[in-house]
Amino acid sequence: MDAVWVPLLLSLKVAGWATLLNAILGVAAAYAISRWRSSARDVVDAILTLPLVLPPTVLGYYLLVLVGRRGVFGAWLDRIGIELVFTWQGAVLASTVVAFPLVLKSARAAFEGVDHQLENAARVLGVSETGIFFRVTLPMALRGISAGVVLAFARALGEFGATLMVAGNLPGRTQTLSVAIYEAVQAGDDNTANLLVLVTSVTCIVLLVVAGRLVPPAARGVGEVYERRAFRREAVGK
Amino acid sequence: MSMQITIRKRLVSRDRQFALDIGFESDSHRIAMFGPSGSGKTLTLRAIAGLLAPESGRIVLNGRTLFDSESGIDLPPQERRVAYLFQDYALFPHLTVAQNIAFGLNHGWRNPRRRELPPEAAHWVDAFGLREIVNQYPSEISGGQKQRVALARALAPKPDIVLLDEPFSALDPALRTRMREELLSLQANLEVPMVVISHDPQDVEILGDHVLEIREGRIFGSGTGKRHPPVYAPLPAHVA
Repeated sequence: MDAVWVPLLLSLKVAGWATLLNAILGVAAAYAISRWRSSARDVVDAILTLPLVLPPTVLGYYLLVLVGRRGVFGAWLDRIGIELVFTWQGAVLASTVVAFPLVLKSARAAFEGVDHQLENAARVLGVSETGIFFRVTLPMALRGISAGVVLAFARALGEFGATLMVAGNLPGRTQTLSVAIYEAVQAGDDNTANLLVLVTSVTCIVLLVVAGRLVPPAARGVGEVYERRAFRREAVGK
Repeated sequence: MSMQITIRKRLVSRDRQFALDIGFESDSHRIAMFGPSGSGKTLTLRAIAGLLAPESGRIVLNGRTLFDSESGIDLPPQERRVAYLFQDYALFPHLTVAQNIAFGLNHGWRNPRRRELPPEAAHWVDAFGLREIVNQYPSEISGGQKQRVALARALAPKPDIVLLDEPFSALDPALRTRMREELLSLQANLEVPMVVISHDPQDVEILGDHVLEIREGRIFGSGTGKRHPPVYAPLPAHVA
């Protein structure tokens, strides 16, 4: 069973870290872009969205050029003891970059959908700009952000191309589920491949169901569920 | 209460150019601004609250300078101690009535707790008879209740002045009459000065001692007592 467990746990670990990083970086970038009044904004947004449209192999290549031993930052990373090529941390980097636009896009739309009047109301009530972010803007945008984070996790879990190029295929160290399946098929090991495919599918279904429950109800900010609740209360009252 | 205001601002959009050029002084507790929609009433209120930056001018409330383009003073809205009742009330939909009312009582990073009601908030909950709905959300309450919650939220942090932007426009006629009376008795019982803007002559007549008429971004006339509207005394030359 190690043939299944080891890559499964590694996949979850890599996707988990990538999602955590994206939840922070993607939300911060989306907030900055949504508030930024400049013509450069669209160019920056386009560059940050590139991972969504570029082939993963191209991204993997870019990452090698940047963080590889002889890459732009390679020597510097080496000196401070960070090794990204052929390590699971490298797989995290690849998954993070690939899934980043999914958080960015949904979080930006969510932030831009927040009614500015509410932020003004908080301003007049004396709450600082940071307070307004945590008390009004973020809660109002939370539903859109959560949807993006769930998508990013799913994308990171299925990452193959860029991960293979940066982290390679070292069983037990960088061999994630999708890479393990590829290798099993290449080696003609149908039993392992079947098992891995089955496990991957079940894992994804379970995760999507769980994630669907974690995303806050349609109400937060929009008011639908609250209205439904009010309606129910009225109906009970009669 | 004393209020000296001059505000100048040009707003240019693709198909419209608008120049706001407002100047008035008042020591009334009940100021009403009256004028058709698009005349610059809301812009004036937003400038007083600090939500709109004038190009030049001066805003002084009770001797406290909130804005002065010449000496570079421009207090952020957070420091103006001005309450603003928005036309659509702008209640926070993700917070309960109690949390909405207590919102301005702490300025930190966290919202008031759901089941807690600080005494300053409780005072206004009782004053407006909102006890029964404190745990409900804004989408669950009626228009009149929304207005009371918005007023309670605005008054709880003890502002120096309350600005009311078309307070009755979102209400049906019957409710409008009732809320107008409620606001009138609130004015009578509170020390807090109020500025009401409206396009409805009736609101102005009932809620304002000092009435300013605004048209196309300028003060068109100014009157006090019961002689308005529509008869206004011409403005003194230095104000206009």
